[in-house]
Amino acid sequence: MNRNERRELAHWVVKQTLKAGADEVSAYISNYRQVDCSYRDEKLEELNESTQNSLSLNIYVDHKYSGHTTNDLRRDALTGFIEEATAMTKFLEPDEFRALTDPKFYKGRQNMDLEKADPAYDSITADKRVKMARQAENAAKNQSDKIITCTGAYGDSYAEAIRVHSNGFEGESSGTSHYNYAEATMEDKNGGRPSGYYYGQCRYFEDLPTSQFCGEDAVRRALAKVGQKKLPSGRYDMLIENRTAGRLLSSLYSPMTARNISRKNSFLDGKLGQRVGSEKLTMIDDPFVIRGMGSRLFDGDGISAQKRVMIDKGIFKAYYIDNYYGRKLDMEPTSGGTSNIIMEYGTKDLNTMIKGIKKGILVNSFLGGNSNDTTGDFSYGIVGQYIEDGQLIHGVNEMNISGNLIDLWQQLVDVGKDANPYSSWRLPTLQFHDVECSGA
Amino acid sequence: MGNITRRKFLKTGAQGVALASVPFLFRINPLAALATPNPDAMTLRDYFDHFGVTETAAKEVMEAALSKGGDFCDLYFQHTVSTYIGLEDNVVNRAYTNVDLGVGIRVVKGDQTGFSFTEEISPKAMKLAAKTAANIASGPGGSAPGSFNPYDPPNYYPIETDWETVGVESKMPILRTMNDMIFGLDKRIIKSRSGFGDDTSYILYLNSDGIITYDYQPSSSLFISCTAEQDGQVESSYADYAGRYGMEFFTPEKVERLVKKSIDRTVVLFDAVKPDAGEMPVVLGAGSSGILLHEAIGHGMEADFNRKNTSIFADKIDKPVAEKFVSIVDDGTNKNMRGSINIDDEGQPTEKTYLVRDGILRSYMHDLISAKYYKVKPTGSGRRESFRYMPIPRMRNTYMLDGPHTRDEIIASVKKGLYAEHFANGQVQIGAGDFSFYVKNGRLIEDGKLTKPVKDINIIGNGPQVLSKVTMVANDLTFAEGGWTCGKAGQGVPVSMGLPTVKVSAITVGGVNS
Repeated sequence: MNRNERRELAHWVVKQTLKAGADEVSAYISNYRQVDCSYRDEKLEELNESTQNSLSLNIYVDHKYSGHTTNDLRRDALTGFIEEATAMTKFLEPDEFRALTDPKFYKGRQNMDLEKADPAYDSITADKRVKMARQAENAAKNQSDKIITCTGAYGDSYAEAIRVHSNGFEGESSGTSHYNYAEATMEDKNGGRPSGYYYGQCRYFEDLPTSQFCGEDAVRRALAKVGQKKLPSGRYDMLIENRTAGRLLSSLYSPMTARNISRKNSFLDGKLGQRVGSEKLTMIDDPFVIRGMGSRLFDGDGISAQKRVMIDKGIFKAYYIDNYYGRKLDMEPTSGGTSNIIMEYGTKDLNTMIKGIKKGILVNSFLGGNSNDTTGDFSYGIVGQYIEDGQLIHGVNEMNISGNLIDLWQQLVDVGKDANPYSSWRLPTLQFHDVECSGA
Repeated sequence: MGNITRRKFLKTGAQGVALASVPFLFRINPLAALATPNPDAMTLRDYFDHFGVTETAAKEVMEAALSKGGDFCDLYFQHTVSTYIGLEDNVVNRAYTNVDLGVGIRVVKGDQTGFSFTEEISPKAMKLAAKTAANIASGPGGSAPGSFNPYDPPNYYPIETDWETVGVESKMPILRTMNDMIFGLDKRIIKSRSGFGDDTSYILYLNSDGIITYDYQPSSSLFISCTAEQDGQVESSYADYAGRYGMEFFTPEKVERLVKKSIDRTVVLFDAVKPDAGEMPVVLGAGSSGILLHEAIGHGMEADFNRKNTSIFADKIDKPVAEKFVSIVDDGTNKNMRGSINIDDEGQPTEKTYLVRDGILRSYMHDLISAKYYKVKPTGSGRRESFRYMPIPRMRNTYMLDGPHTRDEIIASVKKGLYAEHFANGQVQIGAGDFSFYVKNGRLIEDGKLTKPVKDINIIGNGPQVLSKVTMVANDLTFAEGGWTCGKAGQGVPVSMGLPTVKVSAITVGGVNS
């Protein structure tokens, strides 16, 4: 399906749904192609390639609301689909807040090239993909003779979509994404087979970390885990590595949404304008990062994207407000979801930050755990490295950190300058003081 | 009926039903209706009609798949219709439906896999996908099987009324009843929301070994959550049911029990404290504590990880891993359970697989590739999230069998420890063997008695070590009532688990340092 056909179909769907009895309609149609390949033990292990499409339809009849998705976009099939979806909506109960976004929020859309679609995508051949995966595996393999097995992988995707609302919204988007990956499993004579991986994802092929680096880093990380053990329970200074810091920051996201506020499932309820973290915590939602994985000009409600400071030097500035819960709470909608997250970065890289720790833990990843949106209590499993006098001493595992998020974010004493470029959340290494850890 | 064809009959029947609010019936072929009046009576022929394919077309697709020298290929046709109705703030203010249709085509050469799927069930689109998947191999072409061996699977999830004939107006009263009840039972409840979901899948499967089979898979769930306030303190929790249930499962008694469970789990949190940090004995209450098994040993026993030598259990088959009274199974045959399957997603019969029998590690969970590699019978463990994915070894219902102790003596044996009751999620690193799971509700054990409630604690340990530290197992095996979804390699499958009351003599508890 080309752009014109998709656009025509979206308008046709909206028209048909109104004809079937809807008062308001939104239609979103997307097409998506994905290719993945992986190499292990010097042969191509998996090759995966497909194209798919999808229609998402939101229907409003007398303030009754329903949402429907289907992957059969043939018009003769859609006619029945639309009729029945609209008929079903009439059986639900009216909710005065169920309506499409007020069109005034469609205004002010930026007109800029976010560089989301890599023009080089079309020239990537099947051979090239397999070569990338093979190179990553090869690079890993050559790092150590203690490797049990390793894998190299490469993948890319291309998506095109259109959104049309019956009250005047229309917007198109498209984008590419590429990734490079390597993973290695090592022998550990203490028992166990620790593994490490490196994953880099970006919009443009040229921005990828090299296959060589992925292979090397995967092995470096696996080796660092050999002989890992738990430390005694106690309070430790902690560095959360940039590529895993998102797990921790996401514990703040849900409580920041109007949805959670409305449900009284938020420990940040009533805290706008108050301190929820240290001066080092500045969280900015920026939809306009060039080539950003989360970049966009409008969101799923059609609201024009804006850059917003969500938390400013620890002061809670803004909720994530979608169209529905915004209406419910009588708040102007901003957007219910994150685009890209950037912070006010520090001046140190990871190695410098390690040197500054007298006794602590570098957390490379979390292992399970969760947080409570309503109370802010959290408990996470951690895996990483023990730091003493600025040196990495040995691997650390089988430990948990626990506490309350209100306290934890006040204990953020520094952030690095090492923003992770391979995620929509471009977070740096975070440094916390005096975190509750349980171990032996 | 004379010479009215089956198709015309189905169309007539469905139109009558469409006057009510049934969730829409997705029409693969616009001239034919979909749901048969009685899915239990569907035969293999009906499944072919359902997808609008023929054996001849399937063979041609297989020829295309094997045209570059693969030694095996399979076709997985899937059609799923799902519905969800939600109530929030006293109004049934949302409903969602999803229809998914497609076929996944896999080509295997040794342990290498090529895969492609198409959402268009036409010979042309299928052959194109087959040729794409075929690129995993490079050699002289093979041929499709001359004939197929149909396999009629048993039915581990019979239901009385198929979900495609249950309209939203039949489900809404349940949500409204729960809503009225929850606010009526406890004045501290300030917010509540609930949801009712169901999905139905039709599967048709063929492979180049000549297997041809099918399945009808219903699934449903009901949940209610609430937020309560007391003296300025706010707490939330929830309870749910999930399984391969028909509407008949959701009786007034079950519904009332769910509401009470949600309230109980919430209000107990007002008095909850944090336990001490560090290693201590942990008693797992019977039921969804089976998550311990899922994480500590389940993933580590999936055969692909062992074939690739990445699992800590790769060298432990036939070795003792636990006390003699410990037996752990992964089972696809439990009646109407969420993780049960009549056939796996490689057309293999399902079974009850002993992972650990009388303390000895016995069998991995195999897909076809692993079974071939290890030269053993497949265990019916090859599963996939949908036609969009290749199958890999997955769990079904994972549980431990009854042991020689009793719940009372287990709790009495702990001087200072934790009793874990209700869980949220878990994760494992199968190489290191480290796993963790999150306890939402529990109790301290002090001098052999359950005392203060505790909440929001992560527990972390090492799989083989924890298994060896299971020192007591009671005789009260209970299965999880709620819904669990297992994620691996980017795909999720529905599972369940169970455990009797169990004591782990030492494991690290994420508490606070006093």
